[in-house]
Amino acid sequence: MSEITVTHILFVSTALFFTGMYGLFTRRNMITMLMSVELILNSVNINFVAFNKYLYPGKLDGVFFTIFVITIAAAEAAVAIAIIINLYRSHHSIDVEDASELKY
Amino acid sequence: MNASVIIFYIIAAFILGAGILAVTTRKIFRSAIWLLFSLIGIASLYFWMQVEFVAAVQIVVYVGGIVVLIIFSIFLTQKSGDEMPKPLKNRSIFSALAVLFGFAFTFNLIKQYGFKQIESTPFEVKVSDIGNQMLSTTEHGFVLPFEVVSILLLAAMIGCIVIAMKVKHNEQ
Repeated sequence: MSEITVTHILFVSTALFFTGMYGLFTRRNMITMLMSVELILNSVNINFVAFNKYLYPGKLDGVFFTIFVITIAAAEAAVAIAIIINLYRSHHSIDVEDASELKY
Repeated sequence: MNASVIIFYIIAAFILGAGILAVTTRKIFRSAIWLLFSLIGIASLYFWMQVEFVAAVQIVVYVGGIVVLIIFSIFLTQKSGDEMPKPLKNRSIFSALAVLFGFAFTFNLIKQYGFKQIESTPFEVKVSDIGNQMLSTTEHGFVLPFEVVSILLLAAMIGCIVIAMKVKHNEQ
C-alpha cells in the first residue's frame, strides 16, 4: 500500500461510476439525472487518463479520448437542458413520471 | 506512506464523498453544488496525475460551463428551496443492491487482472505535442475526429437554439 498503482485509481473511478448509476436509478428529476450522467462520464475520463499514464506512457491517445469525451459531454448537456426547458414549458414539471405520453 | 500517497487518498475521499452527497441530498441546488465540488476534485486528481492540460480543460468546461448551465436551468424550472420527494423505498433498496453487486463484481475483475505497469518511460504531456498530434494528418493524427467533433458542436448549438426557441403565434 506504499505506492499508488493503476488499480487504486480504477477503484476510485469504479466507485464514482456506480455512484452516478445509483443516482440515475433513484432520481426522478431530469436535472438530477443529468448530473448523474455527468458523474458517469467523468469516471470514464479518469479511466482513460490513468490507463494512458500507467500502461502506455509513451503515447497520448488517452488524453485525446478524454478531450473528445469532455467536448461531447458539453454538447450533450447543452442539448439536454434545451429539451428540459422545452418540456417545462409544455408540462410545467420536469419529473420523468409526468412526461409519459409516449409510454404506451 | 509518502506525501503523494496521502494526497491521493484525500483527493479520492473528497471526490467520492461529494459524489455520493450529490446523488443523495434532497435539495436540488445543494446537489448541484456537491456536483461542483466533485468535479473540482476530479480536476485535482488530474493535477495529481500530472496531466495539467486535461485538468485545465476540466475546470474550464465542467466547472465554468456545465455546472453554471445546470444552475441556470434549476433556477428557471424549480423552486430551489423545496425538498424533492423521497425516492420510493423499494426502488432505492433495489438500486443500492444492484449498484453494490455491480461494484463488487467490477472491482473483483480489476483486482484479479494484474495490470503490468511500465515505469521506464516518463509520462509527460506537453501542450505543443497535443496540438501537433491533434492537427496532424499522418497515421496517428486526430484531425478527422477533431473535424467531426467541431461539426457535432455546431449541430448541437443550432439544435439547442431550435429546440428552446419560442414559437410566436401571429397568424390569428
